[in-house]
Amino acid sequence: MATNTEITSRDSSAAERRGAGTAERRGNAGEPPIRPPVDIREDGEGITLCADMPGVSKDRLNLRVDGNTLVIEGTARLELAENEEALYADVRSSVYQRTFALSGELETGKIEATLKDGVLTVRIPKRLELRPRKIEVQAS
Amino acid sequence: MFSIASSASDSLFDELWQLQQQVDELFGSWTSSSGGIRSLPRGSFPAVNIGHTPERVDVYLFAPGLDPKTLDISIQQNLLTVTGTREIPTEEQATYYRQERFSGEFRRVIALPEDIDPDRVHAKYRDGVVQIGVERREAARPRQIEIH
Repeated sequence: MATNTEITSRDSSAAERRGAGTAERRGNAGEPPIRPPVDIREDGEGITLCADMPGVSKDRLNLRVDGNTLVIEGTARLELAENEEALYADVRSSVYQRTFALSGELETGKIEATLKDGVLTVRIPKRLELRPRKIEVQAS
Repeated sequence: MFSIASSASDSLFDELWQLQQQVDELFGSWTSSSGGIRSLPRGSFPAVNIGHTPERVDVYLFAPGLDPKTLDISIQQNLLTVTGTREIPTEEQATYYRQERFSGEFRRVIALPEDIDPDRVHAKYRDGVVQIGVERREAARPRQIEIH
């Protein structure tokens, strides 16, 4: 179920959403956000970032570029029964957050993202004129 | 000299211990400090949360990017075993700056409460979270006794 996610400028509902997510998980308000593990690789055309954000659905993901900073935020939601109580928890926060500084040669307006099975993939292309070109060496 | 040093470090550990205790009180009974003998260090893949109600025990495995068909979930008495593989292919041509995500085989063994019914288990995979629900045995559930 891959879905494209629009890169939006500031999302005003992010704070509300985060609050709601926290309430749903109950009892974990005030926990620091989880820093999702990432893989980052670069090829000739751009940079690809993959982040593990289990429990986050498309509508609870907030991805934006703020100046030259890429901000990844999301809220996990588990299907809990009304009277469910925690017995054990490795994961004690439902909020993911991580930021990355972008550099000038990246085309921030053309970022594409997909979210599938809790893995966010972000593709940041390089500006066309700044992609590496093969320089031919002329024989003199 | 040594006694001063050791008492200073003891008090530091005391503080950490107290902090842990407070966290434990906030978040319930089972925690990492008094974790089960089969529990794995924090940060192991996949992370596990366990919740319960009088009727059911729910195990949540935070395992994004899996093909659920590759997951093997088995239960023997009250021991739940989950094994699987998450292979993240490496692109030879690319330059990697970070590779923090887990890749490879994993196995977690989780001791569930004694009163679960191993014949009534269901599992589903959504948004990268495996949810395994195990019903408790009827006889073990609390019953309201009416006075006539």
